[in-house]
Amino acid sequence: MGNYFSGIFARSPINPLQTHMAKVQACISELEALFEAAIEKDFDSVAAVQKRISDLEHDADDIKKELRIHLPKGMFMPVSRGDVLNVLAMQDRIANRSKDIAGIMTCRKMQIPEEIAEPFMKLVRRSVDASAQAQVAINELDELVETGFRGGEVKLVEKMLTKLDTIESETDVLQREIRGTLFKMETTIPPVEVMFLYQMIDWTGDLGDLAQRVGSRLQLMLAR
Amino acid sequence: MDHATTYIILVAAFGLFMAWGVGANDVANAMGTSVGSGALTIKQAIMVAAIFEFAGAYLAGGQVTKTIRKGIIDPSVLSGTPELLVFGMLAALLAAAIWLLIASHFGWPVSTTHSIVGAIVGFAAVGISVDVVNWGKVGSIVMSWVVSPVTSGVIAFALFRSVQRLILDTDKPFENAKRYVPVYMFMVGFIVSLVTLLKGLKHVGINFSMGESYLLATVVGITIALIGAAKIKNIKWDPDADKDFHFANVERVFVVLMLITACAMAFAHGSNDVANAVGPVAAVVGIVGSGGEIASKTAMPPWILLLGGIGIVAGLLTYGHRVMATIGTGITELTPSRGFAATLAAATTVVIASGTGLPISTTHTLVGAVLGVGLARGIGALNMKMVQSIFMSWIVTLPAGALLAILFFFFFKGVFL
Repeated sequence: MGNYFSGIFARSPINPLQTHMAKVQACISELEALFEAAIEKDFDSVAAVQKRISDLEHDADDIKKELRIHLPKGMFMPVSRGDVLNVLAMQDRIANRSKDIAGIMTCRKMQIPEEIAEPFMKLVRRSVDASAQAQVAINELDELVETGFRGGEVKLVEKMLTKLDTIESETDVLQREIRGTLFKMETTIPPVEVMFLYQMIDWTGDLGDLAQRVGSRLQLMLAR
Repeated sequence: MDHATTYIILVAAFGLFMAWGVGANDVANAMGTSVGSGALTIKQAIMVAAIFEFAGAYLAGGQVTKTIRKGIIDPSVLSGTPELLVFGMLAALLAAAIWLLIASHFGWPVSTTHSIVGAIVGFAAVGISVDVVNWGKVGSIVMSWVVSPVTSGVIAFALFRSVQRLILDTDKPFENAKRYVPVYMFMVGFIVSLVTLLKGLKHVGINFSMGESYLLATVVGITIALIGAAKIKNIKWDPDADKDFHFANVERVFVVLMLITACAMAFAHGSNDVANAVGPVAAVVGIVGSGGEIASKTAMPPWILLLGGIGIVAGLLTYGHRVMATIGTGITELTPSRGFAATLAAATTVVIASGTGLPISTTHTLVGAVLGVGLARGIGALNMKMVQSIFMSWIVTLPAGALLAILFFFFFKGVFL
């Protein structure tokens, strides 16, 4: 027989949300290795990393589905169900975008021109940093629940989110720089290749944006 | 009176059965927040429950027992036919106990209190006459079923907000926890002992004046706070504990508080819910003892409260520990700081109701308290469908208990008359 009293305590979405973000972070972090390999023109390594990213994205997807199933309507939570699902969706898009990037890089055996290699790596690292910062903030969620979303803990998380914004605007600047350099040399590269290079710059920059959006959804939770 | 011994044996057996049911099922709910928050192991919870349920029943259970015994039905109307009251109380006990057994078998959320009140009102209104029911009293009991969860919810909300303000949301939560937790301990000891002293101890033969009661309650409160403070002093900051979760050390301080609150909860539960089993026994023993006269002034023999206490502990030991285990694994989202706020709020409400002689549902009160903490954004997730069904269940429980009681009433009437 089950006990009805314990039935009123539902599983909190906070922990799964943090686990999901951890997977997402593991996934996006692999991009550094991926681009390093691409710059070295080591396409076997690129393919290997792509496989890892795809596996991690798959794991994150499983956690996402699991969390959604355990978040039926009629739950009473310190954060709104919509906000939780929004954060989850944003986190998920980071993993998806990482997988997309890895997919194109692998199947097109893309190379990164030497001229933009260094700033590009900077952009990748900074985007990963943005996502890492989002994860740091998401990891404070259980502390936020503990304090009932009040007091110093809220200020602490707000500080983390401000830092996230700073990192994100750095990725914007880097993106512009790389585009400028690429523009000057684009006639020397096959046009299709150039198209995809622009797309890779775009998508990598997107990662920073998405991380920031995870942060802004978290901000909404604080504001309630 | 014919069959006097038979009546006594029967009612004692049914009362024991009912008390066993309370111990098997209800106690686990009362201790659930303590076990679930990890403050008590199941073994400790059973020990605490056994001692304090018993103490609560014996020291503070008198008022509610009186209500069940002679508050719901007006015994003076039945002075010509005391047997009817005997059959009725037998029927009510059996009905409530069986209904509880069925419900807990299927895992339905029912309240012992609602079952027994429904059963008594049922047999009296249908089996005897609508006029024998003291509808005014029944009305106030039903009102208290609405008021008690709300009250405990409000108290829990206030308590938890104060914990946030004084401890959790400060720069030094660990230091502040050590400073303020003894104050809460004082509150636990003070409130529980005050209500007990003011309302409960008359039947044990102890009678304190208002001033003496306050003084004594203060002494009890301070003693508990001092013992608690000594225990807290030994809790050293553990840097490893806070790695994943920054409040792990603070929660360790709350564990000590939760331990004391758990005792209060068991005491409160004993003071209110044991009466559900013991009240009808007292009624029957009273009638039979006075040779069929329905005297409203007879004192209750202490062995009846003892019987209730023994029944509860038996239920706890034979079956309750298993229910406790399911609860312990079911409630993982409750930390000691929340468990404390919810449990103290419920215990306070229940103890006050016991002092006023109102039979209320401990589980409902506790659910109200948990919701109160939830409203302060303190609990990860609550399943509102379950909350709803727990509160809705009493609407089903009343007629179910009543119907069974009516059946048994006519059965006993047929057998003995």
